[in-house]
Amino acid sequence: MTSADLTLVLPEILLAVYAMVMLLVAVYTSKDGLASTLVWMTAGVMVALAAYIGVTGEGAKSAFNGMLMIDGFARFAKVTILLAAASVLIMSEGYMKSRDLLRFEYPLLVALSAVGMMVMVSAADLMALYMGLELQSLALYVVASLRRDSVKSTEAGLKYFVLGALSSGLLLYGASLVYGYAGTTLFSGIIETAQAGEVSLGLLFGLVFLMAGMAFKVSAVPFHMWTPDVYEGSPTPVTAFFATAPKVAAMGLFARVLHDAFGNAVSDWSQIVALLSVLSMFLGAVAAIGQTNIKRLMAFSSIAHMGYALMGLAAGTVLGVQAMLIYMAIYVTMNVGTFAFILMMEKDGQPVTDIAALNMYAKREPGKALAMLVLLFSLAGVPPMLGFFGKFYVLRAAYEADLAWLAIAGVVASVIGAYYYLRIVFYMYFGDENADGLDSGGSTILWGFLMASAAVMVLGIANMFGVESAAAAAAATLVN
Amino acid sequence: MDNLLSIVTFIPAVAALILLVFLRGDDDAANRNAKWLAMAATTVTFLVSLFILAEFDPNDTGFQFVEEAPWLLGLQYKMGVDGISVLFVMLTTFMMPLVIAASWNVTVRVKEYMIAFLMLETLMLGVFMALDLVLFYLFFEAGLIPMFLIIGIWGGANRIYASFKFFLYTFLGSVLMLVAMVGMFAEAGTTDIEQLLIHQFDFETFSLAGVTIVGGFQTLLFLAFFASFAVKMPMWPVHTWLPDAHVQAPTAGSVVLAAILLKMGGYGFLRFSIPMFPVGAEVLTPLVLWMSAIAIVYTSLVALVQEDMKKLIAYSSVAHMGFVTMGIFAANQQGVDGAIFQMISHGFISGALFLCVGVIYDRMHTREIDAYGGLVNRMPAYALIFMLFTMANVGLPGTSGFVGEFLTLVAIFQVNTWVAAVATTGVIFSAAYALWLYRRVVMGDLIKESLRSISDMTPRERWIFAPLVAMTLLLGVYPALVLDITGPAVAALVSNYDTALAAAEAASQLASN
Repeated sequence: MTSADLTLVLPEILLAVYAMVMLLVAVYTSKDGLASTLVWMTAGVMVALAAYIGVTGEGAKSAFNGMLMIDGFARFAKVTILLAAASVLIMSEGYMKSRDLLRFEYPLLVALSAVGMMVMVSAADLMALYMGLELQSLALYVVASLRRDSVKSTEAGLKYFVLGALSSGLLLYGASLVYGYAGTTLFSGIIETAQAGEVSLGLLFGLVFLMAGMAFKVSAVPFHMWTPDVYEGSPTPVTAFFATAPKVAAMGLFARVLHDAFGNAVSDWSQIVALLSVLSMFLGAVAAIGQTNIKRLMAFSSIAHMGYALMGLAAGTVLGVQAMLIYMAIYVTMNVGTFAFILMMEKDGQPVTDIAALNMYAKREPGKALAMLVLLFSLAGVPPMLGFFGKFYVLRAAYEADLAWLAIAGVVASVIGAYYYLRIVFYMYFGDENADGLDSGGSTILWGFLMASAAVMVLGIANMFGVESAAAAAAATLVN
Repeated sequence: MDNLLSIVTFIPAVAALILLVFLRGDDDAANRNAKWLAMAATTVTFLVSLFILAEFDPNDTGFQFVEEAPWLLGLQYKMGVDGISVLFVMLTTFMMPLVIAASWNVTVRVKEYMIAFLMLETLMLGVFMALDLVLFYLFFEAGLIPMFLIIGIWGGANRIYASFKFFLYTFLGSVLMLVAMVGMFAEAGTTDIEQLLIHQFDFETFSLAGVTIVGGFQTLLFLAFFASFAVKMPMWPVHTWLPDAHVQAPTAGSVVLAAILLKMGGYGFLRFSIPMFPVGAEVLTPLVLWMSAIAIVYTSLVALVQEDMKKLIAYSSVAHMGFVTMGIFAANQQGVDGAIFQMISHGFISGALFLCVGVIYDRMHTREIDAYGGLVNRMPAYALIFMLFTMANVGLPGTSGFVGEFLTLVAIFQVNTWVAAVATTGVIFSAAYALWLYRRVVMGDLIKESLRSISDMTPRERWIFAPLVAMTLLLGVYPALVLDITGPAVAALVSNYDTALAAAEAASQLASN
């Protein structure tokens, strides 16, 4: 262990140390009285770290004898994760405060799970992978049941925990098989064992179990069952968090394992990922049609979106990884805006999640309704919104990897999916005149996030704010 | 001006943005400002677009006024017009001020209404000017959003159903085109339409899952594009969204839909299907021709029994679009010229007919044919204008409706006599339903109590019709106005098509020897 290694993981160390120190400080001082400050501080630290990661660090360096890999891909994912987490934290503050949910543990747990996510995306060893994954998951289980006196919230936490533990078990089982047949836990060692066309059956078994565990984390069908319940039961800011940063981390991990450890056996996993992708797209599209609760609807929507991101991964090419990264960046931005909107859905100060409550929203709040309209069409992948370009990239990646059938399935699913996004537009714009609706107003911060996210969806089509080339560089470091 | 096309395209969008950001309030003054700003923007767009027409050189068969800028992922922002697209651009800029004028009585959410129409204009213009596949798709699809809102917010009683049907139907049609575009991008390595027009796509017959596909990749691409354009056109049997959308849309929405949006399908055939996939097009030509012939006869018969005026005109639109597809796929000079002429002329005529319905709908709030009768007694000016456009719709010589129908029928007769024979009967049917509609609504005695106090057209309404009357008659007696502009570009299109087919024929001969 050298100081060079420590420098490489400096952001993770700083964030972890910050979380522990603040935990002690808060416990020995005013506890929850410090919560608001902590939220802002944590978000600030995260943004600073994101900036630090973004501007420093070049090339691919491995640390701790190959346990961690700090490359362009990891940096891209970390910046996305940190910014998403910081945004969600800032959005949560007002909502949680007014509902007496704001505990000082919340920002610190989010920070700790962010550390876990950062380890996940730069893991280059099965042990590091598992450590990162568990750190992330344990923090998430706790925040899911943050509202201790609510049955739904505790149920969500428990469900998430039990199913999460199951998936961790699957993943561990897979990891042990891989270790058994490859003789090493290092990805660089596994990839040498798994040469194209001669992957041993045991290794393949291990790969399948690993993938099942990771599919659970990205909530791909058929490992998605926990998603709607957890999304619905958790406090809305926590749901917003679940829908953004952890998804990027899990997707990053997925890509990392498949390419770094099994990059020589693309044909072995490509079809599995393609299957996960097509199932997710269709289930996400069809199951959301009947939903009346906007949080459940967003759960199915995120399942469908994971299907599209997996389509990029299924291609198994540089373009595929680039498409996946771009897709995730766009997805996170859309979801931050959408959840800012959902957080503002209140009636008499109480949160409302029923879609029908949006009746004639456009009449009372034209600005917010328009921003939401942009986001919904973007989520549906209708041009000219940025969401369309996300889809265009993954379609292109899939087509060029001879997965034209997957591309066709994807666009057909997007038409089905468009229906439920249109349904929200229908309530906001075409509803009855005389129904009483939601409170107007809402906090400036949420308004800002909503508007910024909608603006990105429209203005981003000019040059995507440089994300395209950054993702291309990131993808090139992962796939060689 | 180097970027004339972009200026024309984005003037309405800028106006929409100004309305969105700066116009506050919901009172009469704000509404009036919104209307006047929209009117000004569309008029300025039309005036600026006249520069395009003035400087357009018909003898140059390539693209003119081309603008290029790099974009994401090797895509380009590339705009340009040629003899085929320039008139559609003009049609759009010409119709939009009339559409805004026809919406002067809108009282509900005026600002949003004007924004939707202005955005729609930008997107429609973009469709006809885009010279990059993805840019084209972007404009093509984005147009669904404002139209969805226009039908859904300002539409009739059953507007929700109609708007969802409109959106999902056309969205499903065009996503397959998106996959085909991705495929073209992968195969040709570019999305530049100018280069794709000279790229030869693979046409070797192969079999896929046991099905032999004659014309190979080209046929598949053709089918994917066909799915999109046939729905947009709309062709029988995928036309069912159109009557619903037309009936429920507000008058101005119907006018835009009939006059401009339907033309995107025909334009798409001319820009993509015929020149880029000639072998695929040739393989499927008999199918398309018969679908057109069926559309002409079948929808004319359906139009005959309609009780709703808008529905009747909507079905008559489908029939007229049948002539267009027939002309396009006859793929000779008269056919394509006639198809373009028919589209331009149908833009004026069907737009005017929907405005005619709008005039009496504004007074009586019903579109039932049975609710009217004998209007000529109280509304002589209206009766005259309605008669002119009814006759133009039938294809009376001297009106623009005649030229397009005649040219396409001449063209199809050279290609497929049977289709020509069937299609010609459609002309008779169209006379039947149009004249019968006119008789039931306008002629006879004024016996209905509710109509006793109906008033004739206001000066505003008359002025809206004036340009349409002028264009219909002008093009009817002097069709060269259109044909001189389209002629050279169409000749080039047809000769390229024939050359490509001959080359494909020779190649397959060579392969079989």
